[in-house]
Amino acid sequence: MVEFAGWEMPVQYTGILQEHKAVREACGVFDISHMGEFFVKGPDATAWLDALLTNSVSRLPVGQAQYSLMLNERGGVIDDLIVYRLAEDRFLLIVNASMIEKDAAWMRSHLSGNVEFENRSDAFAALAIQGPHSAEVFEKIFHRPMPTERNRVEEIKPSRSYIATTGYTGEDGFEWLVPASEAANAWNAALAAGAVPCGLGARDTLRLEMGYPLNGSDLSPDRTPLEAGLGFFVDLKKTAFTGRDILLDQKATILPHRLCAIRVIDKAPPVRPHYKVYVNGEPVSETTSGALSPSLGYGIAMAYLPPAYCDIGQEVEIEVRDRRFRAVIVKKPFYKKQP
Amino acid sequence: MNIPENLRYAASHEWILVEGDTGTVGITDHAQAELTDIVFAEPPAMGKTVKAGDVAAVVESVKAASDIYSPVSGEVIERNEAIEADPALLNTDPFGQGWIYKIRLSDPAELSALNDAAGYRAQIGG
Repeated sequence: MVEFAGWEMPVQYTGILQEHKAVREACGVFDISHMGEFFVKGPDATAWLDALLTNSVSRLPVGQAQYSLMLNERGGVIDDLIVYRLAEDRFLLIVNASMIEKDAAWMRSHLSGNVEFENRSDAFAALAIQGPHSAEVFEKIFHRPMPTERNRVEEIKPSRSYIATTGYTGEDGFEWLVPASEAANAWNAALAAGAVPCGLGARDTLRLEMGYPLNGSDLSPDRTPLEAGLGFFVDLKKTAFTGRDILLDQKATILPHRLCAIRVIDKAPPVRPHYKVYVNGEPVSETTSGALSPSLGYGIAMAYLPPAYCDIGQEVEIEVRDRRFRAVIVKKPFYKKQP
Repeated sequence: MNIPENLRYAASHEWILVEGDTGTVGITDHAQAELTDIVFAEPPAMGKTVKAGDVAAVVESVKAASDIYSPVSGEVIERNEAIEADPALLNTDPFGQGWIYKIRLSDPAELSALNDAAGYRAQIGG
C-alpha cells in the first residue's frame, strides 16, 4: 500500500505485469474512489464552464463525456478532467484526487452567474472496469448490454449512481460511480463478474502506453495544453476562457517545448520520471514519465523537448544511473489496441 | 517462505552459497516477493572487485530499482547472463536459476558476520 493524495492505495494486488495483461487481454477493475466528483448546475452552468475549461462545453451533447483542461492565467494546466453532461444545465466533473481541494477553490473563486457548484468527492466511490471483456462484466452486473458508444454517461440513480463508457487505459470499458457506502458491494460485484483487481501500478503503465498524460508528472502549471500535445481538447474558437490569450500567442509564434513520446532502443533498465534526456551529447530535458512497457517489452517515456528535437525519428539518449541509452522520438500512442 | 538451510544470509536479503573459496550470490525468496515482478537485472562485470556491503548488482521491478549488496569481499569470477535475458528467473527461482554472480572470497572470515537460515528467518519475522 502507498499513500496517494491522502488515500491508502494498493500499487498492486497480485503483480503489476499480471494486472496490466488482464486489462489488455481480459478485464480489470480499478478502485478509483480517490478521484473527485464535482456537480455543477444552473442556467449559466454551460457558459461558466466554457469560460473555465479549454474544451467546448456548449457543444457537448447531453449524455456525453468530454476530456478537458482547466488552466491558470498563464495558460498552464491546473488539472485535466472529464466533463459529463447529465442534462442541459447539469454537469458532473471528475477531477484528479491530488487536485480536489485546489480545483474546488479555484472554481469557487471564479463563480459567476446563476451557477451552483458542489464538491461531493467524499460521497462517492468509483470503479473503472477496463479491458476487451468489459462488456461481459457489464452485462453480468447490470443484466443488459454495455452501451457500445464511447464516452456515454448514464445516470442510473439520480445524483447517486452513474455509469460512463470512459477510462484511462485505451481499452473498452466503463467507469461506475456509486455512493461511498456501496463501494464494497460494487467492488465485489465486479470481481464476481470476472474482473481482475488492479492497482495504481498497472494503471500507470496502461495509461503511459497510450501516451495519456498524468497531471503532476506530464502536466504542470508551467506547461500549456498545446505544449502537452492536447490541442485537440482546446477550442480556441471559444471567445474566452482562462489562459486563452497565452495559447493564441503560442499558436501564432512557436511552442517553447513539446511533450514527446520516446521509445528506448537499447536494452536498458526501466526508464523512470526525472531521468535526463540528451540530444547530441548535451542534456536538454528530463523525462516526465517512464516505464518498461509491459505490452511492448521496451522502455517508453515522455519528456518536454525544444521543438527542434521533436520530429518523429529524432535520436536522443536517456541517462540511467550514469549511463546513456539510445532512444528515439515516436508517434503517440506507444501501444495500439489489438483489433 | 523458502529459506534453504545450506546458505548464509545478509541482512540486506542476499544469500551466498559457499563452496571452497568461491561463493554464489543471489537474492532471497523474501526479497523477490517484496520486489515483485523483476523486469531488469544487471549482474556485476567479470573481474570486478567488491568489498562486503558494496553495491554489486542492480535489479529493477516495474516500480522500483534495488541495489544488490555483496555479502562478502572478493573478485567476481562469473556472472549469470541468463538473468539479463530473463529477469523473471529472479522471481521464479531465486535460489537456483536466478543466481546473480559468483565471487572468489578474499576474506572467508566475513562469512561469520552473516546469518544462518534460522537467523534470517527470525530477521524477516518468518
